[in-house]
Amino acid sequence: MLELRIVTGSNVPLYQQIVDQVRWGVASGAHPVGTPLPSVRALAEQLVINPNTVARAYADLVREGVVETRAGKGCFVAEPRKVYADEERERRLDAALESFLSEALSLGYRGAAIRSAVEQRLARLESQGGTRKRERR
Amino acid sequence: MSQTNAPEAIRTDGLTRYFGSEAVVKDLTLAVPRGSVFGLLGRNGSGKTTTIRLLLGLLAPTRGSAVVLGSPCTNLSPETRARIGYLAEGHPVFGWMRVAAFGRFQAGFYPTWNEDVFQGVLRFFQIDARRRGRDLSRGERAGLCLAATLAPDPELLVLDDPAIGLDPVARRGLLEALLYVTRREGRTVLFSSHVLADVERVADRVAVLDRGVLRACCTVDAFRERVRRVVLRFSGAPPTLPEIPGLLSRWITDGELRLTIANYDAAVQRILEGLPLERMTAEPLGLEEAFLDYVGDRGERTFFLQGRRAEA
Repeated sequence: MLELRIVTGSNVPLYQQIVDQVRWGVASGAHPVGTPLPSVRALAEQLVINPNTVARAYADLVREGVVETRAGKGCFVAEPRKVYADEERERRLDAALESFLSEALSLGYRGAAIRSAVEQRLARLESQGGTRKRERR
Repeated sequence: MSQTNAPEAIRTDGLTRYFGSEAVVKDLTLAVPRGSVFGLLGRNGSGKTTTIRLLLGLLAPTRGSAVVLGSPCTNLSPETRARIGYLAEGHPVFGWMRVAAFGRFQAGFYPTWNEDVFQGVLRFFQIDARRRGRDLSRGERAGLCLAATLAPDPELLVLDDPAIGLDPVARRGLLEALLYVTRREGRTVLFSSHVLADVERVADRVAVLDRGVLRACCTVDAFRERVRRVVLRFSGAPPTLPEIPGLLSRWITDGELRLTIANYDAAVQRILEGLPLERMTAEPLGLEEAFLDYVGDRGERTFFLQGRRAEA
């Protein structure tokens, strides 16, 4: 089962926090294909938030292809598929890199240290079986 | 009687109330959709309680009108009132009355009274039914009021600052109760609050009152998206700013100018891009910050101080 946490008063809207956590859980392999998501009602009650907020997060996740709805059964982690055109995908990777690198560089890390941190993190994810499965499209 | 299928639980039209020569609520026009959790925000004295009292027919409007569950607020029948749950500001209870007696007393007014709900909320707040009102703590009084408000299973729940004086556990219980109410189809909640975190959690729409005037009425997400903060970086000293529509506040910190702008749009963007910028970045804004910049007077004060500093 998915373990989600939210914080109020953040710069990140609640629905976005849910989207980010589910997306990361799936990308990291913690939630393999077919993992069920709690129902909108159940998650809203668990987090004590408005059900519309959960519904909006789920709608975003479905649109991004991270989860799929099965009629009458709810939402499940989806088989990876390509939702963005190559160009758009590259643009998004570039944006992610820029914010990551600007943070890392401003912390004073340089080339070798950043590279090795990324390598280590990737290796850990791969040992959990996450990235390999998701890469197949 | 008057069982309507109107899409709104509440609709006001130019609702206005004066106390003496002062308009406490000015020309208020808004709609609360059925099934929504509607947060009424504003600083102290912004007219929230007066608005609620007008809606419930406890005060007569000086001008304008409001329709609540299909009936004019100035003429709510006992039947319509029985469909409305009202939690008054400050959690008033009868000091001499025991909790159980208070329940029986209230039950007499409501044909739809559900004793299980009443007992359930008391248990949730761990209130002994043998105690007297005056011996209850603030949180327990809130629990008792909430129990009495929820037990008739109201179609419309109106709560005037229900979180005031509650500890975090009791507040969470209150939010759970609000969400529990809206599980039933077509149940509507209107609540006023100062706790932005609560509003962020449970409200799907907000209205912002400022000195009696409605300044925003939209979904919570729309409010956050419409109030934007941008950070402008200049190579030299920041130039004198041109007129920027919707400018709420500005801060200068070493070469950077932070602007909070309401209704940020392409026209504003063009004005900003016309400045001799080195860099412009958007900064995400939490609901609380957005609210503070929206109704706070910090904006004006800062404006004044910054003007002087920029000249120096």
